[in-house]
Amino acid sequence: MGPDRRKRHNRLTMSEEDPGRATTAREPRHAALGLGGEQLRTMFRHLVLARALDRRMWVLNRQGRAPFVISGQGHEAAQVGAAAAMRPGVDWLAPYYRDLAFCIALGMTAGEFMMAVFARAADPASGGRQMPSHFGLRRARILTTSSTVATQVLHAVGVAYASRVRGLDEVAVASLGEGATSKGDWHEAMNFAGVHRLPFVCIVQDNDYAISVPHRLQMGVDSAAERATGYGMAGATVDGGDLMAVYAATKEAVDRARSGGGPSLICAKVARFTSHSSDDDQRRYRPREELEALLRRDPIERFRNYLADEGLLSEEEDEAVQRECAADVEDAVGAAEAAAHPEAGDLLRHVFAGEG
Amino acid sequence: MAVRTLIEGVREALAEEMERDDRVWVLGEDVGRKGGVFLATEGLHARFGDARVLDTPLAESGIVGVAIGAALNGLIPVAEIQFADFIHPAFDQLVSEAARIRYRSNGEWSCPIVVRAPFGGGVHGGLYHSQSVEAFYAHVPGLKVVIPSTPEDAKGLLKSAIRDPDPVMFFEHKKAYRLIKGEVPDGEYVTPIGPAAVRREGRHLTCVAWGLMVHHCLEAAETAAAEGISAEVIDLRTLQPLDRDTILRSVEKTSRAMVVHEDNLTGGFGAEVAAVIAGEGFAYLDAPVTRVAGPDVPAMPFNHAQEEAFLPNPARIADAMRRLRAY
Repeated sequence: MGPDRRKRHNRLTMSEEDPGRATTAREPRHAALGLGGEQLRTMFRHLVLARALDRRMWVLNRQGRAPFVISGQGHEAAQVGAAAAMRPGVDWLAPYYRDLAFCIALGMTAGEFMMAVFARAADPASGGRQMPSHFGLRRARILTTSSTVATQVLHAVGVAYASRVRGLDEVAVASLGEGATSKGDWHEAMNFAGVHRLPFVCIVQDNDYAISVPHRLQMGVDSAAERATGYGMAGATVDGGDLMAVYAATKEAVDRARSGGGPSLICAKVARFTSHSSDDDQRRYRPREELEALLRRDPIERFRNYLADEGLLSEEEDEAVQRECAADVEDAVGAAEAAAHPEAGDLLRHVFAGEG
Repeated sequence: MAVRTLIEGVREALAEEMERDDRVWVLGEDVGRKGGVFLATEGLHARFGDARVLDTPLAESGIVGVAIGAALNGLIPVAEIQFADFIHPAFDQLVSEAARIRYRSNGEWSCPIVVRAPFGGGVHGGLYHSQSVEAFYAHVPGLKVVIPSTPEDAKGLLKSAIRDPDPVMFFEHKKAYRLIKGEVPDGEYVTPIGPAAVRREGRHLTCVAWGLMVHHCLEAAETAAAEGISAEVIDLRTLQPLDRDTILRSVEKTSRAMVVHEDNLTGGFGAEVAAVIAGEGFAYLDAPVTRVAGPDVPAMPFNHAQEEAFLPNPARIADAMRRLRAY
């Protein structure tokens, strides 16, 4: 049964790509989606910056300068595409630990991220208390997150309920991996959102693996989005390597949520380039051919090619973005490494209010 | 001053806080039209409507998780877990999330929620409608744990819990709901979270309890008094934060201490109280600290004989007082 399911999954992914190509023949896809060149170049910059930060933190880890890293390489286009459909600082994100590019796109800076990698006091997510990539940024409405998975989906649903009760038009987005959809909290969240038709969008980033456990041992369907009907909401499965496909699906979902049309479930099929974390080695459980094929599916490369083909990004502009992002990363690393460590004496602060 | 039952104290606090602040949101199973299985929320739905008094799906982790999210976006959720026995699916949301949100964000975020749950036995509730769960949560820094034993405190402490900027576990003894009556002050008042109350002054021994056990201890103290034993009874009211000063001041005076709880003995919160007394009041003591508690069996049986055998009662507590006095 397993191999059959895989085939159906592949067909599903292919069929998602075809309409896009058809559109390209008539007018550029981005134009049909209402996206302008400047916006696309900003997205490209976010992709490049996220990837550069991500790569750099692995180097820092291997150099012994960062004790733990966990990353989102291969997921970036899905995240930046989804973020572009949200209003930064108005709509909410309950993220998970692979959402580096998502958070960059919503306003987190390279400097802020590196403070967390080095566990410095100035880390805005946690003051160096949490492992890196446990995001949280109040001004960008990125909720504080834990290491447990799926708990944050309920928080996003609660945020959406509060928005509704308070008469606000904010939309709450929850992001998680496909493994987390096996948890009860995910079901409880989806059910609650469906009952109340809340302004809520759930984005599952399905990279085929929960640490080492493959998709076929995680669920009995090809895409978690197939469950949407069961929760009384709209569902869509998209190629998460295709930024504009994710943007289109998220835009539709966010617009529906904002206009009172209820919640949505999006499953973006993505590739996990790295091991689960710096404490994992995926070569132990993924075949070499699979990993080699994976790296040919780079979503950033794909988006860059699109921009180049459409005449929206010259080689010089591309190089400038790479150079600027590399400089941003260097500045961020330098600033973070020079920044103050948290004080041991602050261990007892912030257990309760008034203990700050 | 009007006489109220404990559950009326809870209900009045909810109604007055909802009236005072439209961010207060009641949610839980059957809390709406039915008014809760114990009727703690009776009348609220008719008065405040669907959006503010919400019947949730039957999912405890969902109730607490949604409450946390709503708190992060400006509401003040008061979640009811129908029976404390059913709170366990929400343990992760309470311990990994609610309790840590302020700490893990270095003070950037906070989680002002109240989780109310009826607990305790003696009502033929069997294994799954009788449990005491306070020790699980009193162990978790970041959560406050409040257990009122009088109608006045039920009202005043619940109001404080709703106004508290941090998550509060509010456990209400279900047998006390209608059994315990008392005067409730007229007009607006709150009872601060933290201070214990000395319910009866005494010279020979200190008896520490919470919830319904406070009333059993008072009854036992009355019996003991007839035999010349003067017992001081302390109602902790809040387990977290724990009012060490009131306990230690009392033990300094009496030199003997006992703790009474309905939860089973091993790892119960009485162990913490005993450790505080032993650690910080050792020099005052003339006798070992005594614990009177439920036995170490998984939960309270349904049948009358075994339920009665499980529960500490005034006679058992009075016996413990005699032994402690005689030591």
